[in-house]
Order: sequence, then structure tokens, then C-alpha cells
Amino acid sequence: MTVWQIILVASIAVLALKLLGYLVPPSIIEKPTPARVANLLTVALLSALVAVQTLAVGQSIQLDARVPALLVAAGLFALRVPFIVVIIAAAATAALIRLVT
Amino acid sequence: MEAIRASFGVGLAVAAYGVSFGALAVTAGLDIWQTCVLSLLMFSGGSQFAVIGILASGGAAAGPAAIASAALLGTRNSLYAITMAPILAERWPRKLLAAHWTIDESTAVAMAQSTLEARRTGFWWTGIIIFLGWNLTTLIGALLGDLIGDVSQYGLDAAAAAAFLGLLWPRLKQLQPIVVAVAAAVVATLLTPALPAGLPVLLAALVAVIVGIANWFAPRGRAREAPLDPRAANGGVS
Repeated sequence: MTVWQIILVASIAVLALKLLGYLVPPSIIEKPTPARVANLLTVALLSALVAVQTLAVGQSIQLDARVPALLVAAGLFALRVPFIVVIIAAAATAALIRLVT
Repeated sequence: MEAIRASFGVGLAVAAYGVSFGALAVTAGLDIWQTCVLSLLMFSGGSQFAVIGILASGGAAAGPAAIASAALLGTRNSLYAITMAPILAERWPRKLLAAHWTIDESTAVAMAQSTLEARRTGFWWTGIIIFLGWNLTTLIGALLGDLIGDVSQYGLDAAAAAAFLGLLWPRLKQLQPIVVAVAAAVVATLLTPALPAGLPVLLAALVAVIVGIANWFAPRGRAREAPLDPRAANGGVS
């Protein structure tokens, strides 16, 4: 697949899922299991993405400057620091560590 | 108007973080056009970050995994849409626009209002503010990312990890999601050396399906958890 195909197919899929919700009968949401699974899916995918983005280099696991950067980010999120500030702080932490090591 | 004020508060906070998406997308290897099309057409932050995160590590070969991850992350929008449908009660073609703008924030602002009219107002105002702001800041971020060049030196790979953490953070308020988050991270990490990029993330999603269907670690002492959980409108990220 080309990058363009990936972008278009993924975008149409995400849009179609939104539209689907306007077309199905609302009684579906009264069942707790589909709602619970959908919410937990979001959590699982985001958490897996955090792990892979922090630890993976291709198919190998490497502990490097990304790990302390993520810890800094976690600390700042816990302190309710705004998103954009945390992102910059995490990038700066990793960049600084790479500079001095 | 209380609903409009809430829309601006949430909208401006989210718009600011389109810059991080734009910059990360370009450094993941997308061009500026591809980056902007993602924000215009997909318009769902978590799914967009997933696409670029997986493409960054696996390249175009990881395309199917990138598409599947984006779609799975988009399933919660279907739930929001089911909630919003009777409130908005739109006809075509406005139904299509409502669908496109059905995201965490527009749903959260709408559902935080008490009257039907205020809910509609909250939804549409949040939708338009975020749609304009998100696409504008995506473009700015993409142009910045293009200027910055070689990324890992600057720590933008760590910024991507922090971005996912920021999307995850407000969802970790109960035991069940925390257990799922930890288990999914462990599964994805352990599978990384064994499978092509993208697949470990998809398989980690199975943790959610298993725990969700069995309803392990469910909240106790309450009648039932809320069927819908858009992030707290004033919570921070998005």
C-alpha cells in the first residue's frame, strides 16, 4: 500500500464508524458490554502505543532517553500541566539527555 | 451562553495540540498534504496519532495495522454518535457533518449541558472551533516539523510517546482501565521482538476485549458504570 492509500482508507473507516452511530437504533448503547469494550479498547490501544513508542526501535526493545522523558511527562500530567507544555517538556528532556550522553 | 463558553475553553485547548500532531506526522515521514488530509478527513486525534505512530516504526508495510488501529480507536466515536443522534436529530446532509464532528470533546461538552438546546449548541460550537483550530494548527505544526528536520535528536520521538500518554491519562480513573492499560503495555512490549511493527499494538487490544466481556475488575458498590465515557470536558488534554 502507498502512504496515500493508507491515509484515505483509514480516514474513511474512521468517518464511517462515526456515521454508523447515527444509523443504528439507539437501544444498542443500553447494553453495557459493547460500551465497556469500546471504552477499554481505547485504553488498551493508547497504552500499547505508549509502550511501543517509548521502548521499541523497529522490532527490538531499547531503553534510552525516551524512558526518562516519558516519566517526566507522567509527572507533569499528574500535576495537570497543559498538554502542549508536557509534550514540549518531554521532547526537551530526551533532547537534553541525548546532548549530554 | 454557558455552552458556548465551554466550547471555547475546550476548543482552544485542543486546537493548541494540533501543532504536536502536525510536527510529529511530518517527522514520521508524511508530507504536509498527507498530514493535513488526515486532520481534515479523519478528524479524530487518537486515531491520527496511531496512524503516524505505526507508520513511523513500520513504514508503509505496516499500513494494514495502521488502518486497523485507527479504526479500533475510532469505535468509541460510534458510541458518541449513538448518544448524540437523538439529541441532534439532523437530516442529510447535516447528519454527515454531525458525524464528522462527533469526537470526544464535542460529545463531552454537549453532554455536560442540561437542556436540549444547550446540548445542541455545545456540540456544534465545539465541533466548529475544534475543526477550524485543529486543521489550522496541524498545518502550522507540519510546517514547523518540516523546518526542524532530523527528529530523534530533538526528542520528538519522546514527544509522540508523551502525546499518547496524554490521551490515555484522563481515562485512568478506575481500576478496570488501569489494569487494562498495564496489561496492554506489557503485551505490546513482549510481542514487539516477535511480530512486525503495528501488530503488537493490535494484539494488545485483545486485552480490552477479554477484560471487557468478562467484566473483570469492575467497579463495585455502584449500580453500573456510565455507558459512555467521553473525557471530562475540562480535564486538560483534549
